[in-house]
Amino acid sequence: MSFQKSTFHHPRLKVNDLGLTYRDYEGALSTLCAGCGHDSITSAIIQACYELSIEPHKVAKMSGIGCSSKAPNYFMSKAHGFNSVHGRMPSVTTGANMANQALLYLAMSGDGDSASIGFGQFAHVVRRQLNMVYMVANNGVYGLTKGQLAATADKGVKNKAGEISLFNDIDLCSMALQLGASFVARSFSGDKKQLVPLLKAAMSHRGFAFIDIISPCVTFNNHPASTRSYDYVHDHITTAAVTDFIPIKTEITTDCNVGDCEDICLHDGSIMRIKKLDSEYDTRNAHKAIMDIEEHKKKGEILTGLLYFKPTASHFHEINNTCDTPLNQLTQDALCPGARILSGINDSFR
Amino acid sequence: MLTLKKTDTRHYQHFLKVVDCQHACPAHTPVPEYIRLIAEKRYTDAYMLNWQSNVFPGILGRVCDRPCEPACRRTRVEEKPVAICRLKRVAADNKGDISAYLPIIPTEKNGKRIALIGAGPASLTVARDLLPLGYEVVLFERDAKAGGMMRSQIPAFRLPETVLDEELALIIDMGVECHFGEEITSLDKLLHANFDAIFIGTGAPNGRWLKIPNHEKVAKHVDTGISWLANVSFEHIDSAPKRVVILGGGNTAMDCCRTAKRLGAVDVKVLVRSSFAAMKASPWEKEDAAAEGIEIMPNYTPTEYVFKDDKFIGVNFDQVKSVYDKAGNRKLTTTGKTLLVECDLVLVAVGQDTVFPWIEGDLGIKFNEWQQPIVDPMSLQSSLNKVFFGGDAAFGPKNIITAVANGHQAAISIDLFCADKDPLTERPDSSFNLVSQKMGIHEWSYQSNIDHQARNLVPHIDWQQAVKELTAEVELGFDERLALEEAHRCLNCDVHTVFTESTCIECSACEDVCPMDCINFIEGDENSSRNDLVQQFHVKDVNPEQDLLISDKLKTGHIMVKDEDVCLHCGLCAERCPTGAWDMKKLVIDNIGATIK
Repeated sequence: MSFQKSTFHHPRLKVNDLGLTYRDYEGALSTLCAGCGHDSITSAIIQACYELSIEPHKVAKMSGIGCSSKAPNYFMSKAHGFNSVHGRMPSVTTGANMANQALLYLAMSGDGDSASIGFGQFAHVVRRQLNMVYMVANNGVYGLTKGQLAATADKGVKNKAGEISLFNDIDLCSMALQLGASFVARSFSGDKKQLVPLLKAAMSHRGFAFIDIISPCVTFNNHPASTRSYDYVHDHITTAAVTDFIPIKTEITTDCNVGDCEDICLHDGSIMRIKKLDSEYDTRNAHKAIMDIEEHKKKGEILTGLLYFKPTASHFHEINNTCDTPLNQLTQDALCPGARILSGINDSFR
Repeated sequence: MLTLKKTDTRHYQHFLKVVDCQHACPAHTPVPEYIRLIAEKRYTDAYMLNWQSNVFPGILGRVCDRPCEPACRRTRVEEKPVAICRLKRVAADNKGDISAYLPIIPTEKNGKRIALIGAGPASLTVARDLLPLGYEVVLFERDAKAGGMMRSQIPAFRLPETVLDEELALIIDMGVECHFGEEITSLDKLLHANFDAIFIGTGAPNGRWLKIPNHEKVAKHVDTGISWLANVSFEHIDSAPKRVVILGGGNTAMDCCRTAKRLGAVDVKVLVRSSFAAMKASPWEKEDAAAEGIEIMPNYTPTEYVFKDDKFIGVNFDQVKSVYDKAGNRKLTTTGKTLLVECDLVLVAVGQDTVFPWIEGDLGIKFNEWQQPIVDPMSLQSSLNKVFFGGDAAFGPKNIITAVANGHQAAISIDLFCADKDPLTERPDSSFNLVSQKMGIHEWSYQSNIDHQARNLVPHIDWQQAVKELTAEVELGFDERLALEEAHRCLNCDVHTVFTESTCIECSACEDVCPMDCINFIEGDENSSRNDLVQQFHVKDVNPEQDLLISDKLKTGHIMVKDEDVCLHCGLCAERCPTGAWDMKKLVIDNIGATIK
């Protein structure tokens, strides 16, 4: 192996509010297969974080096991990170978030990590409404173990070895909608115009944000019989609305007809502008979103874009009424308030 | 509106332009290829590759004007270009026996006789190109030795005589019939002397004088720079007076001042009308002169030669300021201050002209208002069809490498002319090939990793010592360690990113990995303007002088547009491409001489 990425960059590269170029948000050079969709997701995350001027040390990159879960190594090398046991990323993230809610939790998982071994963990972290961005790089196969069909592979589809998927597939967006996620979107690694604004919105959202990202496995699932290949997705992708993310400081200009356009204010004051392509489209109806996903699937289409959004939802800390200050910033006095307070607590249980 | 189409990759033009150093070299020397050979320590091969296109690698490796270096793509990502010129010298310094690689000169001649007038770089290039084809070449030179301005105007401390003699001998020994010390006084006579074609490469031998007051009185206190340098070179002058003033800011001025210092002058000043930055001399020549303790005084324009009691005492100057108008034209305005610089000798180095008193007016050779021959810029044929011009004689003072390029052009023209073909319309072109450099996974047959090291400085002899010796070469050249380090700085721009639409699956891997944001998958068609495309780029602030590589429509209807400007040729796009739609291919042009246009 003899290649590395030059530290030279375009001489006229723009810097963000922190004076950083997007190259400052890069991580190690990817060792995933050439052409892997996950690398495009990585690049979209880099772009989103750069554009939002996120300070890398205020980010925690969380992942489990799988090709997808290697990806956090390939962005923001100056951020915190935890590569957990297979399928256990949600618990570890919950623990981390409990201890320090000041960090932005960017979690990368895959179809195996979330829809198979970690399915229970996935369901519960959605229920808990943990304030995090939960991304699934969904390619429908287990690439790291040479292309067995994943639980998200469409029923009846063939893998590269010719094996047919016999069981019903799990739609993670439908699951997330059913379990009460406050931000649910589906996108495609090959469509950064859509993915980057969605990521920015998800990162700005306070609450549980889930994005299922179709990410073709170029080595094991890019064959003609696949429904997750670049060609198939390019041909079958559809969207009901185009999402634009307008950061808090930017002047809002109107470039679409009233009625086709919906502005949603996020917790931090930034705006998500939705341009409806389908007049029936509604960001506030989780039930309808589930129906829409199913209907498009029946037509052989992959519905992408923002599926559901509730900007005012409560998240885990609010529901539990936990302490706002990260634990590492609490002083000895606050953490260990003394025998009198302890006995008061004990008395409350009697 | 200017519309854009898919880049024509069926011709070498797009690719040659991307190799900026090679494209900027008037002779289109394949720079990256010879630098790779140096990196492999194949010095002889590197030398021969140079010799093929620029004829004088040892000479040019020291005194070339280096149009390649400002063009070097390295300057787009860091401050300094690759030391291309000094690497050329490395090839020359370390080459082995090249005799086996020299062209074979046919013993049976083709019956055509060519006269060359002047033994400078242009004429000798014509000789080198025509002798292997069986031509008889007869050379006339007014000086006693070959070399032209390379001998008479470039001091030996920059270009040692041994280096000059060696490379001139390579050509003369191919069988040139030489007539040294024989000045042509009548072209008419030569036209009647049984030559099939005549090439005139007599340079620009007339130094310009400054006709300021008292000009007619100064006599021996003033000389033109080039005539003085020639006299030093031919050992007619071996000392300089104590105080010398040089007027002018070009390389001749730099050579004059440094030579004067070596011949015993103590107080040497260069006074120039322009600002220091706008001086015509190459930056490195200015640096070297300054290092040798020469005072360069910009913004002074000479007003008169000053005499006191009929004795020459010096030159008067007006201090001026350069003011540029909106069009970028310089205007000098005086500040009102004057300055008398006392001196014993004034060397005027303010330009030189072509002069053809020996070309009779009725021969049919037309001249323009500046007394330069009217020649076709491609064929170099004059209005008298068997007479060709090249080098400074054709277009006024330029540089050696331009003269060499002209030599190649003229040789092709003469060869066509002697075969009763039209030197303009029937010119041959070069064929080219793009050769994949892929060896295996992550393996390329060129150094694709980008070296981030800064430019190496060339070692030189001690400056104190340098000014004491007239012929000791100042620069020592790179040693092997420095040479190899410097060679690795080359970005291999001749290894091109070649794109095949039909295999692209639009996964964007190349776009994501490119360290320079060159690659863009965007919307566009044949009606899109360049600006339409650029506005969709990752980095929209592009260099308008650089070309774009535009693809045909891809499966989704998008197109791929690559901004060639800042590409590092690191091959990561090809490395990351899952389908081989990108490949790194080396441009190989077979007949470099014919690419000179």
